[in-house]
Parts: sequence; structure tokens; C-alpha cells
Amino acid sequence: MTRVRGLPAGLALALAGCTPIQSALDPAGSNAGMVFDLGVAMTIGATLVCVLVVVLAWRAVRRSRAEGAWLASPRMVIALGAVLPAVVLTALLAYGFVLDRQLAAEEDRAALTVRVTGEQWWWRVAYLAPDGSPAFETANEIRLPVGQPVRFELESADVIHSFWVPALGGKIDLIPGRTNTVTLLAEREGIYRGQCAEFCGTQHALMAFMARAETPEDFGAWFAAEGGDARQPETEEEVAGHGAFVAAGCGACHAVRGTAAAGTIGPDLTHVGSRLTIAAGTLPNHAGTLAAWVTDAQAIKPGARMPSFDELDGPTLRSIAVYLASLR
Amino acid sequence: MRLPTAFALLPALALLWGCDKPPVARADAGRGDAEDGRTTVASLACGACHSIPGIRAADGTVGPSLAGLGNRNFIAGTLPNDPGTLAAFVRNAPSLVPGTAMPAMPLSEAQAIDVAAFLASLR
Ligand code: HEC
Ligand code: HEC
Ligand SMILES: [Cu+2]
Repeated sequence: MTRVRGLPAGLALALAGCTPIQSALDPAGSNAGMVFDLGVAMTIGATLVCVLVVVLAWRAVRRSRAEGAWLASPRMVIALGAVLPAVVLTALLAYGFVLDRQLAAEEDRAALTVRVTGEQWWWRVAYLAPDGSPAFETANEIRLPVGQPVRFELESADVIHSFWVPALGGKIDLIPGRTNTVTLLAEREGIYRGQCAEFCGTQHALMAFMARAETPEDFGAWFAAEGGDARQPETEEEVAGHGAFVAAGCGACHAVRGTAAAGTIGPDLTHVGSRLTIAAGTLPNHAGTLAAWVTDAQAIKPGARMPSFDELDGPTLRSIAVYLASLR
Repeated sequence: MRLPTAFALLPALALLWGCDKPPVARADAGRGDAEDGRTTVASLACGACHSIPGIRAADGTVGPSLAGLGNRNFIAGTLPNDPGTLAAFVRNAPSLVPGTAMPAMPLSEAQAIDVAAFLASLR
């Protein structure tokens, strides 16, 4: 039973009214803008060629004898059948090369590198220090500073996935055993949705993420905080939740930096409470959906590599959810 | 030419995502706005735990189905089903039913009243 949840509609309504948060037709930066321009040029070109073909076909059917001879003459056949496609496709190829060079130049400007690893069915995200070692790990959400190109190193832990934030740049596959790169540039603050764009198994449709473009100041503050350890539990319920988290063995798969939980099989939960969504864009993030996920992951995302913890009593489940939500 | 085709489809997708709003019967019970309540219930994904008529992908089985909630005499089998109690329950169930698995929800008081109006309209 695969269920596509109401999240995109819900989030779109809640965060952005009816503005699209995942649209290649509404580029939020010049990288996506260049790809959009190419799309527009190709759409216009294809429309003109299509009109030309239809007009000629119509003439050919309703032709007079003289016109038929003109259309069928070797000169016309060579001009429209060989020269025109050669010119159009060569121009398109040149455009493609130039575009590729421009996008590559953006990559050289990028000061920040983020490594994203596709896993069935979520995104492992590591922000890299200048020496290339991971500065810290997070998951299922990326943040980037407005106006600064960010370089993404894309890898896969299992099958082929594809990384695509339509509003911020082109799409590129994550291929096992390879590192592909893409550079995203946001020039407009906002929340954009990215989606795995290569079928990667039953829960492929529920493998999304959010990209949050923030002012460089906000981004800097987030970067400093995100690299730090988890917030300590404070209220009685949070303390109980942390205890239940340990007792249930969540730490075997999940890391919460600053605690004994250091698992690497699932997403890093150090600051899970600060994300907009959980389970790779599947549900909005709050104590209610966290509780739902912990007790019923296999119904929400059947086959996901996390079991449903359906033997917890009500207050224990709630305390885990409240603890997770407090990890901001 | 697969690019233009994809481009042509995108606006349709954008519409599907952002802007669908099936109509809901206006509630006569409660003071809240059932339509606003419906939007809130959808955007908070109460459907991760409940099956809720009229809300897309709301087919959770952690809690009871909310179908026909407006006809019920009791909330959670114990509390009277009046608009005030229902609003208080959806906002902070544990304060009323300490053993419940339903966590307190991030709802303002006004939102909770709208949600209660929506739930009361489910007959
Ligand atoms: C066997 C390994 C495993 C165990 C044990 C496990 N998880 Fe997970 N968890 C995962 C995986 C894998 C995912 C990612 C699933 C997906 O989205 O496809 C995940 C996702 C999550 C998420 C969503 C994270 C995000 O970034 O969106 C939360 C929250 C979570 N787990 C909490 C818990 C809690 C609480 C426990 C203990 C009660 C637990 N997990 C036990 C493997 C595990
Ligand atoms: C973690 C799962 C979970 C989430 C998320 C959740 N609920 Fe519940 N809900 C439950 C459970 C479990 C019960 C049964 C509670 C009881 O009997 O104490 C319940 C009971 C209810 C009831 C009483 C139903 C009845 O038949 O008496 C209502 C109404 C309700 N929930 C509304 C909501 C609304 C509205 C939301 C979203 C704002 C929501 N719930 C989110 C788990 C959840
Ligand atoms: Cu996929």
C-alpha cells in the first residue's frame, strides 16, 4: 500500500499560499534561470518547426501540380530535410556548450560544498569544512545563503537517485560509486522543494527534501548552531522522552550528537526539531507527526528502513515525540 | 523534444499541488469556521494518525477514524462531545486524557475552534 501524503498541498498552502515551491517555471536564481531560458528557446523553436511541418504537410495534401513539384524538388528536400535540422541542432548544441561553461564557472565561484548521499528513501547531508572533511551531518533538508553559489557533491549509498530542486538549478543523477557535482544558486529568499527524480524503489515518491535559502547572516547563524551538539532535555517530559529514546534503542540507527546515540544507519537527529518536514518531505514536522512516524513508520512509508515502534504506551510515545521536537 | 512536454505539464502539477480545496458542508455546530479548520487539519497532517473523510491521503490507523465525529456523544470515549471540549481536546489531548497517545498539537486557540467546527461537520 503506497500512499502519497497530503504534505505538498499542506505545506504549499501553509508556507507559500498558492505560489509554487517546486517549479522550473519560477526560477529563484540565475542557474535555474539559464536552464529556464534554454527551455523557453527550445519550446519556441520546437513550436516554429512544428508549425512549419504542419503548414507544408497541409500544402502537400491540397497542392496544385506546380506546387507539388516545388515541394518535392531535390533542392527543397535537401534544404528542409538536411540543412535546416543541421543548422538548428548545431545552434542548440552550441547553446548547450555555452550554458554548460557558464554553469561550470558558477561552480568555481562556490565557497561552500555540501555532500548529499541518496539512500532508500532519504537524503544524508554533510556540510564540508574547507579541507573537505565533513563539518557536520544533517538530513533531508539543505540551507543555503542567498546570492552565493553552493557546490553539491552527489553520491548514492544504494541505487541511482536523482537530485533536483527545480527552482534552483538543473537535475543530476546520484550514481553508486561515482561523485557527480551540481551548483545551486538562490537569489531569492524562500523555501523550495526538491524531489528524487529517478525511480529508486517503492517509496521513491516519498523521497523529497526542502531547500531553504536564507540571508547570509541567518545562514551563518544556522551553520554555527547546526554544527553544535543537541539541546539538552529540560522539561520532565523531555527527560522522560530522552530516556525512552535510549531504552527503545533508537541510537542504534540514529545519531544525536552530544549523547550516546551515534548510529549512522538512519538520519542524524541532532537538530531534527528544526526541520520543516520529517521522513524526507513525507510529513510536516511537529510532535504529532513525530509520534505518528515513530509508532507507524511502516504504514506511512512501507518498506522504509525503520521499524514501527508499536509497543510503546501512549505517554511514552508522546514523550519521545516531545523530546524529538525539542531538538532544535 | 521531451523538454517542452515536461514544461507544458508543470503548471498543471503546480495547480494540483498548491490549490485544491474540495468543498465542505458548512457546520452549524460550534463558533469556528469549518473551512479554515479543514485546511488546518490538512496542513498539520492529522491524517498521519486518523482516517478523515474529505482530506487527501488521510488514512492513518494510529487513532480512530474521525468519520461521523459530529454524531458521537463522547470524545475518546470519555469526554462530552461539545464544541468547547472538542477544541480543548484537539489542542491538548493529554491534559484531558492523561494516558492518550495523541500528543498536544501546535494549534492556537482560534485554530482549535475552527478544527472543532470542521470535526463537528463530519456527520
Ligand atoms: C533499524 C534502524 C532504525 C531504528 C532502530 C530507528 N530508526 Fe528512525 N529512521 C531510520 C531510517 C532508515 C529513517 C529514514 C526513513 C525514510 O525516510 O525513508 C528513519 C527516520 C526517522 C525519523 C525522521 C528523520 C528525518 O530526518 O526526517 C525520525 C524522527 C526517527 N527516525 C526517529 C526514530 C526513533 C525515535 C526511534 C526509536 C524509537 C528510531 N527512529 C529507531 C532507521 C531507524
Ligand atoms: C500520533 C497520532 C495522532 C495524531 C498526529 C493525531 N491524533 Fe487524534 N487521536 C489519536 C489517538 C491515539 C486517539 C484516541 C485517543 C484516546 O482515546 O485517548 C485520538 C483521538 C482523537 C479524537 C477523538 C476521536 C474519538 O473518536 O473520540 C479526535 C477528535 C482527534 N483525535 C482529532 C485529531 C486532530 C484534529 C488531529 C490533528 C490536529 C489529531 N487528532 C492528530 C492519535 C493522533
Ligand atoms: Cu527516487
